[in-house]
Amino acid sequence: MNTLLRWLFFNLLIRPLVLIVLGLNVRRRDLLPTKGPAVVVANHNSHLDTMVLMTLFPNNLLGKIRPVAAIDYFFANRWIRWFASEIVRIIPFERRKNVDAGDRFEAVSAALENDEIVIFFPEGTRGEPEALSEFKKGISHLAERHPHVPIIPVFMHGLGKALPAGEALLVPFFCDVFVGTPQYFECTRNEFMDNLNAAMCELAGGIN
Amino acid sequence: MNIHPNLIYSMSGIIGFLVLSTATNGILKWRFPTRNFNEVSQRIKSWWILAGLFFLALLSTQKIAIVFFGLISFLALKEYFSIIETRRADRRVLFWAYLAIPLQYSLVWYEWYNMFIIFVPVYMFLFLPLRMVLIGDTDGFLKSIGTIQWGLMMMVFCLGHYAYLLVLGSDGNPNGGGPALVLFLVMTTQLNDVAQFLWGKTLGKRKIIPKVSPGKTWAGMIGGVATTTLLSCAVGPFLTPMSWQMSLFAGLLIGLCGFIGDVVMSAVKRDLGIKDSGALIPGHGGVLDRVDSLMYTAPVFLHFMLYFYY
Repeated sequence: MNTLLRWLFFNLLIRPLVLIVLGLNVRRRDLLPTKGPAVVVANHNSHLDTMVLMTLFPNNLLGKIRPVAAIDYFFANRWIRWFASEIVRIIPFERRKNVDAGDRFEAVSAALENDEIVIFFPEGTRGEPEALSEFKKGISHLAERHPHVPIIPVFMHGLGKALPAGEALLVPFFCDVFVGTPQYFECTRNEFMDNLNAAMCELAGGIN
Repeated sequence: MNIHPNLIYSMSGIIGFLVLSTATNGILKWRFPTRNFNEVSQRIKSWWILAGLFFLALLSTQKIAIVFFGLISFLALKEYFSIIETRRADRRVLFWAYLAIPLQYSLVWYEWYNMFIIFVPVYMFLFLPLRMVLIGDTDGFLKSIGTIQWGLMMMVFCLGHYAYLLVLGSDGNPNGGGPALVLFLVMTTQLNDVAQFLWGKTLGKRKIIPKVSPGKTWAGMIGGVATTTLLSCAVGPFLTPMSWQMSLFAGLLIGLCGFIGDVVMSAVKRDLGIKDSGALIPGHGGVLDRVDSLMYTAPVFLHFMLYFYY
């Protein structure tokens, strides 16, 4: 039932919306994972980010895609909670600092062991629209635990103009989606973060 | 809608021309296997798709064709708003600017010419600053309202003239009515682009406006306008009510206006520091890269037709 609802939601609403109202300029789409386990990390400007990233995958992978989303935001009321967990199939994530990093990533690890494709926004929040901020280090814990899982950086531009945080009116803009080469955890967490941030900056430099 | 045979013959001619380009490109690829023909091949492939969609729209009903041109306006305006700098405060103004598209094209749908010709230049022009004032951000106000209005004028008002040509009817043009006029104008304007490019590549030396567009040469411009005028003389009497003499005059106008549209958009892109306006049409760039000359030829040709024939 939820699989059908998910299919309808994406194919009747989200895909046409992304295709006609927004319009994507995707570069190096072939670098996206075709099977799990994999982690897609992206900068975060808008609620549309998750939706756009999910439309980049074919229908047969839709059920395998698990966006990581803040528990405090998406479990705020039971309707959003139902929609977020059953239709979009988010992995609820505890943003508060007082929880141990290892525990916070428990559910994400489980999803990866289940061969799912995880979408993660290491900036932590949508923040200032269209400004790339440095990734938080949490992602390196996950990478260290799964050194063989590819981590694919994706830079998105334009969605923060179409629907920024705190706005309800969607205004059409073309959006760039630049996919980078997969990264793997090799030696230290700091080095991994430096490489990942550098990869994002390089992708961000690709506009024009 | 009755489809005039001349429309079909001209479309067949264009398809023949595309077959010829595809074949030539194939032969060149085979003769010079080391050279890179990717961009040209992509460009020709895109031409096939664009021509196919355009012909389908013209051969369907008038209403479908109006919606088709409305969609092109939407794509062009969206691309423009995506490349200019917009302030976050302008989001609601941009939203209203988009709403001008269905309004402007419904004026075409109901053939209300007097409103069609003033809606964007007068009423949107008066309304958008009001909306912007209500939001209240005065930093960069003038620049913002100026760029938004320019976009509306080009992408909605000027491009909208194709839809209006379409509804002119067959009273003034027994050779296929509105669709034939649209086909004639699009065909001559696009050939003008190609001819200017080819003449410039082969003979071009002296640059016309190196500061704006280093690729534009006198030879390209003159050769292009001459080629367009020739084609216009040949096709004009067949697709439009014009005699060959009037077609010659129209061809000159179209050639020159097409050139101006091209360099104006080049200046805009140069100002914004970009080479292509987008990536929607492989081998060509964005929508604006393809419709720049079309936006300048449409109003001029529509008024030419209205003055002499309608």
